[in-house]
Order: sequence, then structure tokens, then C-alpha cells
Amino acid sequence: MKDGSGTLLTLAVFFATMSLFAIGGANSAVPEMHRYAVSVQHWLTDPEFSETFALAQLTPGPNLIIVTLIGYHVAGVIGGLVTTLAMCGPTCVFAYFVGRTSDRFKGAAWHSALSRGLVPVTLGLLASSATVIATTSDYSRLALVITAGTAILAFFMRVHPLWAFAAAAALGFAGMV
Amino acid sequence: MTSSAPIPAAADPQSAPSSLSPDPRPETASPPPSQPPSLDEIFFAFAKISLSGFGGVLAWARRMMVEERKWMTPEQFNEVYALCSFLPGGNIVNFSIIFGGRLRGPLGALASLAGLLGPPLILILIIGAIYAHYGDLPGLRRALMGVASAAAGLMMATVAKMARPLFRDRAVVGPLIACATFVAISIMHWPLPYVLLVIIPVSVTYAWRHG
Repeated sequence: MKDGSGTLLTLAVFFATMSLFAIGGANSAVPEMHRYAVSVQHWLTDPEFSETFALAQLTPGPNLIIVTLIGYHVAGVIGGLVTTLAMCGPTCVFAYFVGRTSDRFKGAAWHSALSRGLVPVTLGLLASSATVIATTSDYSRLALVITAGTAILAFFMRVHPLWAFAAAAALGFAGMV
Repeated sequence: MTSSAPIPAAADPQSAPSSLSPDPRPETASPPPSQPPSLDEIFFAFAKISLSGFGGVLAWARRMMVEERKWMTPEQFNEVYALCSFLPGGNIVNFSIIFGGRLRGPLGALASLAGLLGPPLILILIIGAIYAHYGDLPGLRRALMGVASAAAGLMMATVAKMARPLFRDRAVVGPLIACATFVAISIMHWPLPYVLLVIIPVSVTYAWRHG
């Protein structure tokens, strides 16, 4: 909370720009948020970033609510609101007009090429997000075991996130590995 | 929440469409009512969707829109979902905007957005305030570390599931693009816009040529 309006402007510009590149949802943009908030601006430390991510995961609602928490951490309630607006404003206006006109290009060839072309990119981004969270949370053995265990369980069976989070929180709380 | 609750979509985006298995009934069997829902109905429907969904809301959106309120047919839901999956920004946020906007114009879009974002916004600000006070407690930090690690694991499982068809269909280029994106972001730490402005045209052009 250094100088108020300058920080708010920085938050707004960064999140508004980033939102336009958040393909595949807010989770794809986690590495970019980490790069900027931790490495460039030093708003948060690595552990604070992954704790913020964890809190957002524990909150019901859209995943992009993590940006509200980052904004709140940087500049209080106003920061949270500004960040959320910046994250949603431009993309919502875009989505609104696409939604109103999308019947016109339904089934167009470029439509299908675009969605198929975006799949591998989204995949690479999500893999990066998982890596960022796994490596910033902690290098402890327990953290690695929880990450690997959840990944394997969720790959082979349906795991409700809430159960996974509850079990992991209990393990983390109890374990001093 | 019962054990039959669907897995929230964002934790597992790719399996969501399959878990929302196509309704066998033809579109004409459950037409949406001719009278569009009112603004406050839209607001409360999205508030309920938002508060029901942990780690992602898409499955709950389908349950509410298609099954409970019958405001959309399964086909309409799939069409809007497909549209949202490649628009930038939060998928479910875009979904709410397109849904509200098509039914009731700008005010409809605002009503659905306010319903979707309002409750979690208030919740997360309260959580943020509590965390600011008690965030240094070692027990809390360790518990959150556990949650973050589990969330990373869930994401890895999603990535592995998404990667399977990619390796089946386009043996070389798709995985190569996924790996290049990963290296650029995770290892080189290049800014997202620059990376995407190069990699998306390459990937989409390839998909276009080899459709």
C-alpha cells in the first residue's frame, strides 16, 4: 500500500491486460499472476502466493476470485474491487458482443480451427499453473506426497475437490515433515 | 453436498462436457419457456450456482440452467459452453454474460454477473481480512500448504486427462506446442502475452491446415 492511486492503476492495467490472454479460464493465467505479483512487483512472497491460491480454491464461485484476493493483499478492499473489475470488465464486454452475434459464425471452419488450436496451448498453460503452485507452496516432502497422491488419485478416479482439500489440509496441519 | 454431486468443472475442465453427458431427448422435448426469466430470477439463479460450486462452477451451471430451471436446452448449453471455452477470461463469467445478455440485454448480463461474482466477492474479502490477521499461525499455513499442494495435484490430473486425446490425434505438433508453451512460461518465465501472441497463431494455423 505504497502510494494509493499509482498502485491501483498498476493493478488495473496489469489485470485488464492479462485477462485478455487468459484463455482456458483464470487457472491458465496463474503463472502470469505469479510472475508479475511475486517476481516483478514483490507484492507477495512465494508462500503467500500459494496460500492465496489455496484460499481462492476454498471459496465457492469462479476461480478468478483469486485476483480479488491478490488485489486485497496489495491495496485493501478497494484494491480487491479494482482488480476484480479490471479482470472482468474487458472480457465481459467482449463476451457480450460475441454472445449477441455468435450465431453468425456458428459452425464456421475457423471456429473449429481456433478451438482445436487452443487446446494444446491451454494444456501447456495448465501444466505451468500446476508447476507454479507445486513449487511455490513448499519444497517439503509432505507437500510433494500430497501433490503426487492427489494427482494419481484424481487421474484414476473421480475425486471431489472438497474431499481432496479437506484431507490435504488435515495432513498439512498434522504433519511437520 | 451428496456423493453424487458432479465434479466441479474448473478442477477438471476437460472431463466436464463428458460428465454432462448429452441429453438423449431431442431439443423440442424441453423447449425453454417463451417468457424469459426476470432480472432478479437471473441474479438469484447465478448466486446459487456460484455458492454451490467449489473449485469451479460449470457443472452446477448446467444443473441449474438445463435441469432445474429449463432456461436452456442441452444443445444451447453446449453451444454457449463451446463458445466460452475459447473466449478470454473466466469461462463461467463469460457464460453468465452471454446467457444474461441474450435473454435480457445489458441489464440481464449485469444481473447474472452480479449474482455470480457478488457472493464470492464478499466471502473472499472476509476470508482475506481473516487471513491478514491470522495468516502467520503455523497451523493455518501448513493446512493451506496442504490445500495448495492438493490443488496442484488436481490440476496435474486434469492436464494428464486432457493430454490423452492430443497424443492420439496429432502425434507430434500438438504435444510439441503444449511443451513449448510450458517451457516458455515455466522455465523461461516469459510474459504470457508475448508467448501467446507467437504460439496461438502457430497452433491455430496448423489446426486450420490440418483440419
